[in-house]
Amino acid sequence: MSRNNDGLEKARGMIQELRAEFWKNVTVPGSSGDFNQSLERAGRVADFLEFAELMIEDALARQESCGGHFNEAYQTEENEALRNDDEFCHVAAWEYKGSGQAPEFHKEPLTFENVQLTQRSYK
Amino acid sequence: MSKSIHLTLKVWRQKGPQGKGRFETHQARDISTEMSFLEMLDVVNEKLTLEAKEPIAFDHDCREGICGMCGAVINGRPHGSLKGTTLCQLHMRHFKDGDVIAIEPFRAMAFKIIKDLAVDRSAFDRIIQAGGYISVNTGGAQDANALPVPQDKAELAMDAAQCIGCGACVAACPNASAMLFVSAKVSQMALLPQGRPEAAKRAIAMVREMDAQGFGNCSNETECEAECPKEISITNIARLNREFFKAGFGSSQG
Repeated sequence: MSRNNDGLEKARGMIQELRAEFWKNVTVPGSSGDFNQSLERAGRVADFLEFAELMIEDALARQESCGGHFNEAYQTEENEALRNDDEFCHVAAWEYKGSGQAPEFHKEPLTFENVQLTQRSYK
Repeated sequence: MSKSIHLTLKVWRQKGPQGKGRFETHQARDISTEMSFLEMLDVVNEKLTLEAKEPIAFDHDCREGICGMCGAVINGRPHGSLKGTTLCQLHMRHFKDGDVIAIEPFRAMAFKIIKDLAVDRSAFDRIIQAGGYISVNTGGAQDANALPVPQDKAELAMDAAQCIGCGACVAACPNASAMLFVSAKVSQMALLPQGRPEAAKRAIAMVREMDAQGFGNCSNETECEAECPKEISITNIARLNREFFKAGFGSSQG
């Protein structure tokens, strides 16, 4: 299972189209004042679309492969995940800046005291 | 083999806890016999939503018979007529083409209707909070077999622990009693050594809370046992009564 940058760009465009369609055409029966399972579900769909878009942003920002997060552009000669610990050994925390705004990136470094980061080898 | 059936549903619709309810007739068309009852309701709701009408509110979560969230009274029987089955595990192959199905919420004074078939069963949570727990020390796990448990007791405790707290017992009971639920929750602990330290308080505290929440008492109708999707035995109610009396002798809370 792998991803590539073209596919991620394409998915980003598709999600933006889907989101636009969702907000334009969504019909939620019932009212907001009482128990409304349709409203709950519509809210979840809105969340999933936002979350999916952010995951793509994050995947595009992380220009390396790491374990199961395999970007085809970053592989070793033996087609294993090619890490880039110099630039990407961190947790990416994205801050929500409001609807339609780009999220703000916060880098939370990962520090390893007892293990050394290495390329995985099955040999 | 799967086939397609058409059904007429008489569904209880109620806007909210204060609202006046009524039966509404809906057609469930092209229902695969491989669907579960809840999936059949999903199909009806999808159609209602596309018509911009309010779908039928109903409780559901795991849809594999273990969470205790689903439940409605189907043709007068909680979770339908199939024995030992939650509503989510009741499949449409048990119905015939052209059947008319009455669907009502679990009714009891202590279970307020939230909307349509969705029912507030948090009264059960308050009974558990009153005593349905044991105290254990934190830290490393105790050595296996440090507390010997006879096999027959372990089996009975596990049988009682099958209760998923769905509330079908209450809906089935003419007194809207929660005795089967409470007895299962008391028994799963009373049968094991880990449950003994609080035994003197537990039965009394839980029965008191059951009364306070507005549930009735047991008059041995045994309908709860017949409708329980986990087939909890009413012998647990006898054990609850024994625990209750024993607790009364040994406790200042008598």
